Amino acid sequence: MIEVANLHKSFGDAHILKGVSTVFEKGKTNMIIGQSGSGKTVFLKCLLGLHTQEEGTISFDGRIYSRLNIDQRRLLRTEIGMLFQGGALFDSLTVEENIMFPLKMFANKSKKEMLNRVNFVLERVNLPGSNKKFPAQLSGGMQKRVAIARAIVMNPKYLFCDEPNSGLDPQTATVIDNLIQEITAEYDIVTVVNSHDMNSVMEIGEKIVFLKDGKKAWEGTNKDIFITDNEAVVNFVYSSNLFKKVRETYLRESKL
Amino acid sequence: MNYLEHIGKYFMMLGQVFKRPQKWKVFRETLFREIDDLGLKSLGIIMFISFFIGGVVAIQTALNVDSPFIPKYLIGFATKRSMILEFGPTFSSIILAGKVGSYIASSIGTMRVTEQIDALEVMGINSLSYLVLPKAIATLLFYPFIVLIAMTLGIIGGAMAGYLTGLFYSVDYINGIQLDFDPYFIKYALIKTVVFAFVIATVPAYHGYYVKGGSLEVGRASTQAVVWTSVAIILLNYFLTQMLLG
Repeated sequence: MIEVANLHKSFGDAHILKGVSTVFEKGKTNMIIGQSGSGKTVFLKCLLGLHTQEEGTISFDGRIYSRLNIDQRRLLRTEIGMLFQGGALFDSLTVEENIMFPLKMFANKSKKEMLNRVNFVLERVNLPGSNKKFPAQLSGGMQKRVAIARAIVMNPKYLFCDEPNSGLDPQTATVIDNLIQEITAEYDIVTVVNSHDMNSVMEIGEKIVFLKDGKKAWEGTNKDIFITDNEAVVNFVYSSNLFKKVRETYLRESKL
Repeated sequence: MNYLEHIGKYFMMLGQVFKRPQKWKVFRETLFREIDDLGLKSLGIIMFISFFIGGVVAIQTALNVDSPFIPKYLIGFATKRSMILEFGPTFSSIILAGKVGSYIASSIGTMRVTEQIDALEVMGINSLSYLVLPKAIATLLFYPFIVLIAMTLGIIGGAMAGYLTGLFYSVDYINGIQLDFDPYFIKYALIKTVVFAFVIATVPAYHGYYVKGGSLEVGRASTQAVVWTSVAIILLNYFLTQMLLG
């Protein structure tokens, strides 16, 4: 479980996060949504320790990040898997080397054991046999799947995903969504997804945190989002006519 | 940001770079890769340029020293001194600042804008030490060899120029090379090379690592890296010459 309490973050005069508090639970796909500039990415980077907050705490199963020493932080980070928006695969390394990289740095395993693990996670993301390819030789969706494989190769306790569907076609986006949800349930990990994609939110958002102007404006599940009367959420989520109609139909049918 | 802030940030970066590698095996692999990328792949251009620079220095000296009172062996002597004192260490370093400096700044800069550096940090890896330390060690270890080769080839280039143009005799040139040889000059050149090698690896790394934006900014950082590395080499060359020979 990740507990965030009263998180504040500023850049110069710009106060980006204004006291965000929430809890991300184990075995669930937690989603952070909000308009561009609402502080989603800064929030995610604070959770990852890439930004240091001015105020507030982030606790990973009772371990408050800001109170850990360098070695404890390093150890905690080995328990974190991250899927970046663009994949962030190392261009100069092959798929196999990319996935093996965290193992080489942190796991005391033989080459054979590492290779077995690499092949296992590659099969898990449905990319067997692509070991020797370079990231540039893969499609966007395949790169995302390799990035997921790299993120889970160390058996993380926490998985973070930044816009996992950006730049992907709807079909591939669904594949990535399902993969994230399956992995979350299978490994019983805390998954936090930062997303703009309302399909993903409706599909896999077991807990949704809506940020507006650096504050938590709403939280609930993908079922609650249909019935909420929170104006900010309704305006954001149902900004398209299609989603408006879907919501109206859902509400009408649930009344019947 | 003013110059003092950049200098302060650069030295703080060095504090992170020179930390014990997290995994020696990975460091060793990366070091060999960097020796290949930054050293061996630069050897060809340095050899080519040094050979012809030596030739040009010898021809220029021969053409400008046409008084019967000045002995011909001075052509070999001047070529040797020029190659060992300046053309070998400084000129080669300026070339390497262009070739290797732009490569380091753009490769690290691209890693920054494509979040690869963030990925390293999230994994718990000291990205500065992982990315820059092998480059610094590779240049420190390998560039003295490159410069020694550059000096030798420059002197050979001078001899070849004399042979091909007929402006001076080889025997005079060889006498000039042997005249007043001071091993301290080699030491001086190698000390300069080591300092320049450090600058070539770390200044472009600084520009690449702290780049913000996209591909345009990476390009700008690469250009800035080459400019500032060259400026640093020229300034350090002046102070080192004053300190070591003055």
